[in-house]
Amino acid sequence: MAAPVRPTEQAGTASRSGREPGRWSGLAARLRPRATFARHAALALLALVVVVLVLELTGPFRNSQFATMSYYAVAAAGLTVLTGLNGQISLGHGALMAVGAYTTGLLLPADVPLLLVLVIAAGVTALVGVLVGAAAARLKGPYLAGATLAFAVALPGLAIHFDEALGGEQGLPVPSPRPPDWFADAVYFLSANETSSAKYLAYVGWLVAIVAFLLLANLTASRIGRIWKAVRDDEVAAELAGVRLSRVRVLAFAVSAACAGLAGGVLGVVVRLAAPTGFTIVLSISLLTAVVVGGLGSLLGAVLGSALLVFLPPAVTDLGASAGLTDVQAAQLAPFVYGAVLILVILLAPGGVVGTVRARWHARTTAPAGAPEERTGRS
Amino acid sequence: MLQFVNTLLTGLGQGAVYAAFALALVLIWRATRVVNFAQGAMAAFTTYLALLVVESTGSWWVGLLTALAAGLVLGAGVERVVVRRVGPHNELGAVIVTLGLFVALQALAAILFGAQFRSFPAPAGLEGFALGSVTIALTPSMLITVGAVAVVLLGLVALFRFTDVGLRMRASAFDGEVARLLGVPVGRMLTLGWALAALVGSLAGVLIAGGSLVWPAYMDTVIVNGFVAAVLGGLDSPGGAVVGGLAMGVILALVTGYVGSDLVPLAALAVLVAVLLVRPQGLFARTAARRV
Repeated sequence: MAAPVRPTEQAGTASRSGREPGRWSGLAARLRPRATFARHAALALLALVVVVLVLELTGPFRNSQFATMSYYAVAAAGLTVLTGLNGQISLGHGALMAVGAYTTGLLLPADVPLLLVLVIAAGVTALVGVLVGAAAARLKGPYLAGATLAFAVALPGLAIHFDEALGGEQGLPVPSPRPPDWFADAVYFLSANETSSAKYLAYVGWLVAIVAFLLLANLTASRIGRIWKAVRDDEVAAELAGVRLSRVRVLAFAVSAACAGLAGGVLGVVVRLAAPTGFTIVLSISLLTAVVVGGLGSLLGAVLGSALLVFLPPAVTDLGASAGLTDVQAAQLAPFVYGAVLILVILLAPGGVVGTVRARWHARTTAPAGAPEERTGRS
Repeated sequence: MLQFVNTLLTGLGQGAVYAAFALALVLIWRATRVVNFAQGAMAAFTTYLALLVVESTGSWWVGLLTALAAGLVLGAGVERVVVRRVGPHNELGAVIVTLGLFVALQALAAILFGAQFRSFPAPAGLEGFALGSVTIALTPSMLITVGAVAVVLLGLVALFRFTDVGLRMRASAFDGEVARLLGVPVGRMLTLGWALAALVGSLAGVLIAGGSLVWPAYMDTVIVNGFVAAVLGGLDSPGGAVVGGLAMGVILALVTGYVGSDLVPLAALAVLVAVLLVRPQGLFARTAARRV
């Protein structure tokens, strides 16, 4: 029997931790943050330390790989929130990333500061997300997948049609922002390393990612996140409880699209190009692979999945090349593995990495027999 | 005027292919409530096999038969090995699995057959017929395309209406539990449904490749257009799929002719959104409106 795809609970325990009065009186409680935001903030700080350590201890090539991973992680986080927590599938996230990347490519040459550009890219993409979400709010399952697929195939055509503004097939070059002086000083102060462009972009990408993850973690632990899950699990019950389904779905789509746009903006400056060929349907499906493999609905899973997207292709390509495949053939091995992994995960471990590990952990800590994580799935 | 007529004719020729593709989607949807997003990649794969056969034997028709046979086997295999294991009532899982198949098969085609563009021979001439002094955009190849789709369509209608197997297949799709109690081998019928659908999809793949270029992703837009055509006709209705396919062909040919070919996918998206917002059950659905 194949279990249904069960999104792993990200904020299940987080939302339970209450804020009873008097809890703050204890010294121990002050040292161990009980409030959701405080705990998430502490995790974000920890992540920042890890990022600095990793980026300072690795060379320029790894740095650029981590820069790539940062934008995959943000886009996958947006998708995992949409699919895992709200139950909407999207094959359009690659195209939404294109919106962010083209916005960045248009604004950066106009001397707008990088961070502001990224915020605008997220905002513009969120608006597009509202449009797509409004059309998608009435759709489910295969209909939604088909509609977002059509969106993903259609959008690059716009870039080709309006080739004077958007660069056509060749794409729109995105200027690479120069690291500011204080940044180089700070890096030198920290590790006595020279600053490379790749390192700067990796820092920018991961700062963006940490902020985005912090916001998403809080959002999913909040009332809005609980409503999303309620709509996912039983929309009739949610509607009876006074939830306006379409409004909730559009909001989820907009938030998810904002993440995709942010990711697209970072992609633009890292790749230095926004071109239609960069945003194929394979990109959307790669994101879906990352999210499913990591564990639907889990932000940690999104990070793990994005690591897969970055570090798997070179490994597989090397393997293929050493097995005697030509370069072109070896390059196709990665999508082949994505597809195969996607199928295997759904068939064998629908919870993904995070979901499976968590289920094992619960099975061991609570009851030795049976699967306590087993809830009645969505019908 | 002549340009309009020619655009219309081209559109109908293309529409026949979309109709076949939409029909393949509808067949699978009716049988297993799965939209097979891997349909295009499967068709591309069998078209490559056909191309190999055509290049070695020189006969387009042998190539077509190869593609159809390969489609039959591939469809049955996919249902048996992958789709059946997803289980019922797992919409998201089924969608994700067919997407995985889509990417994996497309990449496999690129690995086995190369990623470059290759030309696929046309079944017959690509010169338009001459009516007096004007040449219209109706070619012998197009006649074969439309004819092949019509033959397959009539064959399917005959199968479902007049044969025992067809009746069993309809029963399995309509209510698997009851059909099983009545002694219908439902599992086998579902496999057969997938096999037939893949055969129709392979036909569409070969027809759209004829006289044009083949590369691993050449079916990507056809998937979208075929899906839109199927939704336009109501995912449940084979007749609707054919009408939807022809309509899509004409609409997209008009967009290509008068606006620009880059915007064709956008037009498909617009049609899809319009249909889903105005009449989500499709133009030809007979069943009561379901919430989609």
